[in-house]
Amino acid sequence: MLSLPGIHCAACISTVENALAKAPGVHEARVNLTLKRALVEAGPEVTAEDLVKVVEAVGYEAHELDPGVLATTAADRAAKDLLMRLAVAGFAMMNVMLLSVAVWSGAEGVTRDMMHWISAAIVLPAIVFTGKPFYINAWSALRHGRLNMDVPITLAIWLAVGTSLYETIHSGEHAYFDAAIALTFFLLAGRYLDYRTRASARSAAQELAAMEVPRALRLTGDGSPESVGVADLVVGDRVLVRPGGRVPVDGTVLEGTSEIDRALMTGESLPAFAGPGTAVSAGEVNLTGPLTVEVTAAGEDTALHRIADLVAIAESGRNNYTSLADKAAKLYAPGVHILSALAAIGWYLHTYDLRLSLNIAAAVLIITCPCALGLAVPAVTTAASGRLFRKGMLIKDGTAMERLAEVDTVVFDKTGTLTMGAPHPVGLEDLAEDAQGVALSLATVSSHPLAEALTGALRDLGRLPAPLTDLREVPGYGVEGRWNGQPVRLGRASWMGAEAPALTATFLQIGDQPPQAIPFTDTMRPGAAEAVAGLMASGLRVILISGDTKGAVDRFAAEIGIDEVMAEALPDQKAARVTDLAGEGAHVLMIGDGLNDTAALSAAHVSISPASALDAARVASDMVLLGNDLAPIADAFKTAVKARARIRENFTIATVYNIVAVPFAIAGLATPLVAALAMSSSSITVSLNALRLR
Amino acid sequence: MDVLVILIPVSLFLGAVGLGGFFWLLKRGQFDDPEGDANRILNGDYDDKPKR
Repeated sequence: MLSLPGIHCAACISTVENALAKAPGVHEARVNLTLKRALVEAGPEVTAEDLVKVVEAVGYEAHELDPGVLATTAADRAAKDLLMRLAVAGFAMMNVMLLSVAVWSGAEGVTRDMMHWISAAIVLPAIVFTGKPFYINAWSALRHGRLNMDVPITLAIWLAVGTSLYETIHSGEHAYFDAAIALTFFLLAGRYLDYRTRASARSAAQELAAMEVPRALRLTGDGSPESVGVADLVVGDRVLVRPGGRVPVDGTVLEGTSEIDRALMTGESLPAFAGPGTAVSAGEVNLTGPLTVEVTAAGEDTALHRIADLVAIAESGRNNYTSLADKAAKLYAPGVHILSALAAIGWYLHTYDLRLSLNIAAAVLIITCPCALGLAVPAVTTAASGRLFRKGMLIKDGTAMERLAEVDTVVFDKTGTLTMGAPHPVGLEDLAEDAQGVALSLATVSSHPLAEALTGALRDLGRLPAPLTDLREVPGYGVEGRWNGQPVRLGRASWMGAEAPALTATFLQIGDQPPQAIPFTDTMRPGAAEAVAGLMASGLRVILISGDTKGAVDRFAAEIGIDEVMAEALPDQKAARVTDLAGEGAHVLMIGDGLNDTAALSAAHVSISPASALDAARVASDMVLLGNDLAPIADAFKTAVKARARIRENFTIATVYNIVAVPFAIAGLATPLVAALAMSSSSITVSLNALRLR
Repeated sequence: MDVLVILIPVSLFLGAVGLGGFFWLLKRGQFDDPEGDANRILNGDYDDKPKR
């Protein structure tokens, strides 16, 4: 199974399917666009790695999905199960309602009894089958001595069915079969909506573990590399890390010089120099030259794994959040029981008629039916997430919307979140045209991100490469060559004896002239300024936390208009800062993209990551932006606040219905017709109110 | 009222057919990839080996 995050259209489907089908050994390949996955059936000789290459060759990003994803299929099955029960309940409800119309419009005697018997025959098996999720929940709550929303539901359903059956046997006037099955239907609908919004949420820690580099090149005694599993490495082993490869372990560099990209681990935008003695950690990317690394920590002791642990700890903390629905249930469940018990006792003392008082109790339970309450939250969440999805934002967690509405502090990461994470050279006009040509020729040699950015920018200016000889990349330092008989160099400040500036820059030296700096800025993500301004306009406190150097962060903060800044933050410091803020009573929204942000993302009250973020960060956050634009964030906050208002309104509507209808039920005036009307109209009002959000 | 003897079973039967149809669709996986199916119809490829 492959994950294909980039596919989005009909052409993508056929390109990927055709490419996979042509790969040797593949029997069948089918793309699922909804889940953005491809399911491949192939012979045992085909590895997932080969298939990933095949898909990448036709221009789509692909990842292998491991059996950990099986958990999602289980969730799919549960959703399907709910849908099936919903269908059965819908079928039973429609038929019973039709039969009930005859009774409501005045069928009497034998005809009424017959209608009741047929209803009973439909409802009894249907209700046993469809209500199963509620019964199981109610039973497990009771067993632990607690009350939840499902206890009054189960009681209402079975008391209604029981008394109706008794009435039917004794040719009674009122049977509540229709109410019982309608109650189940509306509640199942709420449950299903709830489930669908939650289905995409997965365990962050799991995918983070899958991110770890599975294989490494170990150097044997005679110096030749062999491929081994990372789990087999022990402290003291020497591993070879090729340029472009990810460092598999924590260790110290023994031989070779290169530059390493620590952006994922620390958020530093500028690649760092690595030479003998430099400490490297798992997850960093080696850029220019091969490195031999002595292992100091492997597997569970690596920095990457420690971040995964931080995420797991932070996640367990957040699970304590009680949603509005749960709060309502806590008030509601005991209240309903007491009310219906009181009504039954009152009527019994008044009339000494057990049958009548049980009927009243059932009517009270049905009228106070929580179906509007059951729909109140999921209907709003579904409508709001639909709206945000169209704006380019995916909600992964059912309660994320509620939590977003409570936010009063926003923490942004810099590199890759507010910026594109791609550097862009500035002040190129200060260089002589000759020098620009030289710089271009030098830059084309290297695959260093700064060099690539420089190449792109100079080409855009229409410069042609100057003829150079003896071009050579010096791993870890830069590129050198000869131009018109004099040596030229492009690279680090320290290489040419220049002073390293506070901002990201590379240096160009021609002959004996003093080296010239070419500064870079990180391009701001589209919509970043709007998002920050919008959030500030909504009265939120905005903080910028970055692992980048102080100078770079301060300059950027001034540019975008953020006052509170924290620079050079390590992953655990980020998480600690977020936890501190929470300790001060703030509800923090964390927006970040890197591996170094994952712990902070999980620790925050609610979190958002852009689509370009690392898988692990996307999984750790509650919402994912689908495009490059950050502007939807400010909008999402407003929508969330509105959604919370709608949820409150819905609770009010449901309560008002109950307050109006309960006296009828207690007075014994709640005929099945009144019950059906009250129930349907409250459910429909609540759903319509939710739809106003769209 | 005699007509009820026919009409009620008929309506129940028709409802049951609909329900059965829905189960069949669910089991055949027709709701697994609604977006993909919506896009597949725009696919320009000629199917050399249509399923018989």
